[in-house]
Amino acid sequence: MTTMKVLLIDDEQEFTGALAERLELRDYTVQTVDNGEDGLSAVENNPPHIVVLDLKMPGLSGIEVLKRIKSRHPDLPVLLLTGYGSTEDGIKGMQHGAFDYMMKPLNIDELIAKLQEAAGK
Amino acid sequence: MRIFYIAQRLFTLPDQVSEDRYVKLRRNMAVLMFLVTLIPLTIMLFINYHQYQSAIRNETINQLRVLENKTKHSFELFLQERLSAVKYIANAYSVDQLSQEDELKNIFYTIQQNFSGFVDLGVINPEGVQVKYVGPYDLEGKDYTGMPSYQEVHIKGSYISDVFLGYRKFPHLVVAVERKDPSGQNWVVRASIDIGTFNDIIASMSLEADSDAFLLNREGIIQTPSKFYGGVLDKCPIDLPPKTFQPAVIEMTDPQGREIFLSYVYFSKQEFVLFLVKECSLLLRSWYALKGQMLVVFGLSVILIAFIIFRLTGVLVRRIKHADERRELAFRELEHSQKLSSIGQMAAGVAHEINNPLAIINEKAGLMQDVLERTDDFKHKEKFLGLVASIIRSVERARGITYRLLGFARRLETNYEVLDVNEILHEVLGFLEKEAEDRNVDIELDLAQNLPKVHSDQGQLEQVFLNLISNALSAVQDGEGRIHIRSWEINENTLGVSVDDNGCGMTNETLRHIFEPFFTTKKGYGTGLGLSITYGIIKKLGGDIKVASKEGVGSTFTIYLPVKTGSAEGTV
Repeated sequence: MTTMKVLLIDDEQEFTGALAERLELRDYTVQTVDNGEDGLSAVENNPPHIVVLDLKMPGLSGIEVLKRIKSRHPDLPVLLLTGYGSTEDGIKGMQHGAFDYMMKPLNIDELIAKLQEAAGK
Repeated sequence: MRIFYIAQRLFTLPDQVSEDRYVKLRRNMAVLMFLVTLIPLTIMLFINYHQYQSAIRNETINQLRVLENKTKHSFELFLQERLSAVKYIANAYSVDQLSQEDELKNIFYTIQQNFSGFVDLGVINPEGVQVKYVGPYDLEGKDYTGMPSYQEVHIKGSYISDVFLGYRKFPHLVVAVERKDPSGQNWVVRASIDIGTFNDIIASMSLEADSDAFLLNREGIIQTPSKFYGGVLDKCPIDLPPKTFQPAVIEMTDPQGREIFLSYVYFSKQEFVLFLVKECSLLLRSWYALKGQMLVVFGLSVILIAFIIFRLTGVLVRRIKHADERRELAFRELEHSQKLSSIGQMAAGVAHEINNPLAIINEKAGLMQDVLERTDDFKHKEKFLGLVASIIRSVERARGITYRLLGFARRLETNYEVLDVNEILHEVLGFLEKEAEDRNVDIELDLAQNLPKVHSDQGQLEQVFLNLISNALSAVQDGEGRIHIRSWEINENTLGVSVDDNGCGMTNETLRHIFEPFFTTKKGYGTGLGLSITYGIIKKLGGDIKVASKEGVGSTFTIYLPVKTGSAEGTV
């Protein structure tokens, strides 16, 4: 099994840095960007197997990024991150083609399970 | 009733004077209404009293005047007729004819047949001697020169005397008319008139028993018999009032001490005064009867007014009280929901802001754990691992708190389905049975069979039941705790679910704040959100929640759930 490439898009670098390291420890290849624009170019330049996208970001919003990714790569799975309890945002994202959504703070094991599930599709 | 009592306890203002306030309000209203109705009524009574009194008095006086006038005319007419008759005799017959006894007799009999009251008829010669006489007495040859009537007739030509006894010692009056013979000598024709005729005229007035009517001459000597003031020719004890030819009425006290109306009139052509006396008490009798009726009507009106005011103020004050209570309740609910909403917004903000740092702590600690686990043993590895695990657990706990805060604040969208309340209760109990068993708390279920399915939100109902049952669990003592859960159908629109415990119970102060957010008695570990969320959810689902509690005895929470959305009939 080849290493899975994950693209992490989240403005909170402290969060993405630590999460990236943890995923790398679990044999994932992780690329992190801290805004929507960079995320979109990363998808084009270095296509990942899966995108983990925070919905709440300054600048280009998570939903907007999701829509653009999906318009060009309808088959690329996107896993959304939302604040705790923001179920509506997650559901709205799923209506726009997201694979699933998870609430922050994350449980690493649940995240791994979701990534595996997405990869298995 | 119980629900009302609970609601009242829950929402009564701290001021305990409110009952007294309504009593005062009612009293003030009653007094005011009584005054505004009674004062005009009393004024009317007095006005009517006086008006009726003067009306009755005036009517009586008028009647007296009319009667007086009529009687005066009868007397005057009577006397005038007699005088005319005598004048006719004196002028129609010659002195010779009048001096013949047969002729005089004929004339007398004719006159007696046509005019009542004539007693005799006589002719007096110029020397003052009665030369011819027809009548029951022997008066022929009597000399009249000394009589006032004889002198008077020469001055006036005709004369009507007062009543006097004269030669026959019997009260009568005399009508005399002068006649000149061809030689120019003055003869006089005189006739006596029985005053019994006067009595007939007075009798025709048909007076009441207590009334009196009589004639007087202008010296105040009684001319016809009086019932109360003396016989004929007695001096009348009542002084003659001022002269008037129109009937006048005066009120006075007579010498016998009686209150009387004295109606009198002076005759214009004759020297008589007619007195008509009527006792005041007599004519006022009808007034007293009317006064009695008025007082009865007044009394009945007062009783009726008092009764109506009593009932009306009772109803009004009761309504005002209910309105006040409802307003108070609505105000408290509004206050409560505003509090909930503002606190909710703040809570949501706090939860969101805390989420990000929590996520960072979570990942950093997770990374630390990952790294540690992949590192060879070193001196404090186990201790660090333990510390990291503790950090991660705390983050979990914080996550739970933000979840609850958001759940409270966001009023998650309600997802209505058809649900079996008993089933949900069983599911919730599944979570708590372990704790109950461990603590040896007895949970009794009393769930109604064939309970209608409700149209509601499963997740939110679960949360409500979970909150209530776990609260009950925290309230009871290990080993002796007992929790009674009941579900039943209240009516076709409403279900009831109650959770009853024999725990520590609550003070009234606690009860008053029980549904407010952040109000907690679990010092140190309660968020104070559980019951507030419960309250919010139940209200949102269209139901109602009531609580009854007694310190040291236990608490009962009762939930009223609508079977269909919006169908609950609230308190029962």
